[in-house]
Amino acid sequence: MSLLSFRAFHHLTRALGRSVRFCALAGLVVLALAPSVHAEPVDDALAAFAADGFDDTQKGIDILVSSGHDSAEAILAALSAGKLMVRNDDKALFIEGKAGAFTDARTGASASVDAAKLKVVRLNNRLRRSVQAALGAVTLQAPSPARRIAAARAVQRSRDPAALPAVDAALARETDNGARAALQTARAAIIVAAKDAPEAERIAAVELIAAEANPDAAALLRSVQADAPQALRTAAEEGIAGIERSLAFWNAMQNVTYGISLGSVLLLAAIGLAITFGVMGVINMAHGEMVMIGAYTTYVVQDLIRDHAPQLFGSSLFFAIPLAFLVSGAVGVAIERGVIRFLYGRPLETLLATWGISLILQQAVRTIFGPSNREVGTPDWMSGAFQLGGLSLTYNRVAIVIFAMLVFAALLLVLKKTTLGLQVRAVTQNRRMASSMGIRTDFVDAMTFGLGSGVAGIAGVALSQIDNVSPNLGQGYIIDSFMVVVFGGVGNLWGTLVGALTLGVANKFLEPYAGAVLGKIILLVAIILFIQKRPRGLFALKGRAVEA
Amino acid sequence: MLTVKLIDRYGAVFIAVLAAAAVIVPFCNLAIEPGSAFHIPDYLLPLIGKYLCFALLAISIDLIWGYCGILSLGHGAFFALGGYAMGMYLMRQIGPRGVYGHPILPDFMVFLNFQDLPWFWLGFDSFLFAMVMVLLVPGVLAFVFGWFAFRSRVTGVYLSIITQAMTFALMLAFFRNDMGFGGNNGLTDFKDILGFSVQAGETRAVLFALSAAALGLGYLLCRYVVTSKLGKVLVAVRDAESRTRFLGYRVENYKLAVFVLSAMLAGLAGALYVPQVGIINPSEFAPANSIEAVIWVAVGGRGTLVGAALGALVVNVGKSWFTGAIPEFWLFALGALFVVVTLFLPKGILGTLQDYLGHPKAAKPAPEPDGAAVAHPAE
Amino acid sequence: MDASVTPALLYLDDVSVTFDGFRALNSLSLVIEHAEMRAIIGPNGAGKTTMMDVITGKTRPDTGEVMFDGHHDLTRIDEAGIAELGIGRKFQTPTVFDMLTVEDNILLALKSDRRPLASLLEKLTSARKERVDELLERVRLKDHRHRKAGNLSHGQKQWLEIGMLLAQEPKLLLVDEPAAGMTDQETADTADLLREIAQTRSVVVVEHDMVFVRDLGVKVTCLHEGSVLAEGPLDAVSSNERVIEVYLGR
Repeated sequence: MSLLSFRAFHHLTRALGRSVRFCALAGLVVLALAPSVHAEPVDDALAAFAADGFDDTQKGIDILVSSGHDSAEAILAALSAGKLMVRNDDKALFIEGKAGAFTDARTGASASVDAAKLKVVRLNNRLRRSVQAALGAVTLQAPSPARRIAAARAVQRSRDPAALPAVDAALARETDNGARAALQTARAAIIVAAKDAPEAERIAAVELIAAEANPDAAALLRSVQADAPQALRTAAEEGIAGIERSLAFWNAMQNVTYGISLGSVLLLAAIGLAITFGVMGVINMAHGEMVMIGAYTTYVVQDLIRDHAPQLFGSSLFFAIPLAFLVSGAVGVAIERGVIRFLYGRPLETLLATWGISLILQQAVRTIFGPSNREVGTPDWMSGAFQLGGLSLTYNRVAIVIFAMLVFAALLLVLKKTTLGLQVRAVTQNRRMASSMGIRTDFVDAMTFGLGSGVAGIAGVALSQIDNVSPNLGQGYIIDSFMVVVFGGVGNLWGTLVGALTLGVANKFLEPYAGAVLGKIILLVAIILFIQKRPRGLFALKGRAVEA
Repeated sequence: MLTVKLIDRYGAVFIAVLAAAAVIVPFCNLAIEPGSAFHIPDYLLPLIGKYLCFALLAISIDLIWGYCGILSLGHGAFFALGGYAMGMYLMRQIGPRGVYGHPILPDFMVFLNFQDLPWFWLGFDSFLFAMVMVLLVPGVLAFVFGWFAFRSRVTGVYLSIITQAMTFALMLAFFRNDMGFGGNNGLTDFKDILGFSVQAGETRAVLFALSAAALGLGYLLCRYVVTSKLGKVLVAVRDAESRTRFLGYRVENYKLAVFVLSAMLAGLAGALYVPQVGIINPSEFAPANSIEAVIWVAVGGRGTLVGAALGALVVNVGKSWFTGAIPEFWLFALGALFVVVTLFLPKGILGTLQDYLGHPKAAKPAPEPDGAAVAHPAE
Repeated sequence: MDASVTPALLYLDDVSVTFDGFRALNSLSLVIEHAEMRAIIGPNGAGKTTMMDVITGKTRPDTGEVMFDGHHDLTRIDEAGIAELGIGRKFQTPTVFDMLTVEDNILLALKSDRRPLASLLEKLTSARKERVDELLERVRLKDHRHRKAGNLSHGQKQWLEIGMLLAQEPKLLLVDEPAAGMTDQETADTADLLREIAQTRSVVVVEHDMVFVRDLGVKVTCLHEGSVLAEGPLDAVSSNERVIEVYLGR
């Protein structure tokens, strides 16, 4: 740290010697050139712009930066965008806003002017860079750290040596850690590009930049000139290699997170099926529709809340979850009692009958809610994204991953620790024995099926946050869900977890190479082949019981 | 019964009706004046022809499901592949008459900037080659798929699910433009077949008669199979697969043989379907189509062949009526049909009829519980 | 039979099978000679059915050797191949093809080319018809030949299955509890039939019914926890202390 501040000091003095455009010196020159009755430097700057010579404009920029005036940023931005106008007759300056509206550059008040009498303050390439750097320098003093960071990044991209004093000045008073780091990187970017800076310092700057693992930093290091000293080039090359390794790593990590996110969606969709198909052996083709009903329940809940208690909207999902469980669960129980129980032991017939039910449910929802997508809102606390290392994560995806794991854990507990779970396992292992021990097998069947369907409903609440809520919602998940359950191993919840995550991650790793559709096809074919190799899935039950 | 007649009572009626239809329907379309009560309008001819193709598809499904217990939820894929093979021939016949006027490339390829004809389109300008492909492509896919699946003893609902995944994967693949099969839009705007315009009344009449003939011959072929000893082995496999193995039969080979035959019949049905409806696109691969075809068989009565054809006809006439009169109720009706048939009419129309009228002198295999494919609560 | 490892028809050596940590067979060794009838007894879970599964190829052993007719390694052949070698099996619960007629059941079992194409083209010769008649006569089902097998009584199904076994013309018959659910008369008849068969073929009978086993009057092997506990004439085996211990508990 002490080394760095020493360098900063050293450099400040050099930069001051080199540049006349910044700080007090510049102000003095302008004052001498354009004596004015106005006390404020901003007026001098405006006068310089009004003169509309390249040198004058440069001076105006310098004055404006050192003035630290509130309107400096707006004026510079207008200048940069070619929206700073000077009126021919009185040399007054205006900023062109949207749709031909004008504001006075000095006061910011709106003004009505004859556009025909205005001309743009001209820029050349040198000035354009200068304006960019100046904008950066001005914003470096902005009150919000986020804006200061953005400004530092802008300076970093421009690599204009002229901005160095401003950066140094900003560094001296910067208290925010994030902004400080950004400023240091910006500073290093300038030094790396500065041919006349001492070699050791440039190498140090290269190392500082290399620590920032992002594509901008790599581009910056690549710009190190071929005629730069050997040591500097080597440092830059090493830095680039390091950045690329790091980028590849974060890229892979990002894929993993996308994969886990997709995997948890698959897990949610499939976990109810893991119960009805995996544990009970009932093949329910209407499972996707249970998910869809859950999503529509969310829609209805939100609709009611919007109308009657808008202040509760943020917690709408917490109302939707139990309701979706109950609604889908009730539909599931009705299906089990009404149809499936007559078809036990006839899996292919069950498959056909439940497919019929899925058609009816889809059409029913289409009739009630219409065929188009329904808007389901995302509560504020679930929108937005955050950075974690080199990863960018959205809150709703993270929420779904956590939610999926919670549902999984809860289900595991229900099956392992509750009486219902015990009875379910008893009935599935030996129905007659369970029955003779006084377990109401009919009741257990209905409850188990209701549980699986209810969990599908809960999945619908989560999926409503990331997918279109339409009557076809369930169709999109049914094949994937079966693939997950069969791939993971029927009758094994852990298999479903591993299966869902494996397929999710594999899908996201295939996508960059094969594209989304081809990736999915490859995965389907892979699973088809896998099932043929291991018909009982990843975590197969073994033994004679399986054959029965 | 050691031997069963190739053509039983229902078969005789079926063949007679088909033969009559093959002659009468085109005749009533072409030769009878539009004003007459016996005239069959132009739109109806290909519509009934379409039903005949569906009936052949249903028979192919019944052969494996009704007799061998293999419930394929992907037979629409074989149907569509046969259709695409025919479609490719018809596309090549358009020649330079396309919108872009390219001498060789079909319009969609010009549109998608293809430079050359993809290799798998070569040869499809020959009718004979295309007809071989109509049978070969579904047959080879069924062979490869079945070879893996039956050898690994994937049975019951597992097999159903992976056949569904198969057709789903094919659908996704055919939706891709780079596949070279016209993507979304599929193949359409056909001009002529063997030099005859596909729009012409006479061509349509011939196609109709061919569909009826294919259905009749397909039926006889399946009937020959199921009345042979091989057919008895299939029923044995359906009812007690492992017992059949212990008798020394290689169950996987039997399943494979009949699966491939069934896929080829489905492909043939698809090939006859395409010139009559004038289009083939990836939605034919949709899993819903395949499963709908299964319900035709269930409605008609599985394990009866004639019933499968009957079911295809009944359900599709119903569909045409519903989608014309009250379209929003069609899915309710279809869904209810699935439920009602499995719950209350497990033997289908023909099976139930046979129970009432007594069996003809044939060992009619009737639907049975599908065995313990999924280890449901062991009783 | 020149390259024979052993002169015996069936030769099991050190065969072990494990299901999820449970040892169903534990270094089982067993030898069956040509034209020998052997009764296998043992309490539930002794490994009798698993042994049958191993011999017929349904279950693959973890370790051990299973040789048939001197040089066929049964651990490398699938169920159909083993059946074609000449091993027939009757299941514990009679398993016949319910939807086929009685005579069709026999016809399917009749020795023939088992390949699909051959089945498709097979003609029903008068020789085959006669053979079917003969077998139906022997298992006393001639009057029921046109009935569906599913409609037969339990005992009739047992006999039909034995008839199917005979139709296969196997060298070795594995018969699992043939007397279960039969009347005394039927049981006695079954014992007669098996003895008759055993004059030309080897038969392995698994049975709980001691009266029936005594009736057969053959060498007995008692299995317990997956290995042989005792072997010899029934009287010797049933007086064996360890056998008594296993059956009666302590």
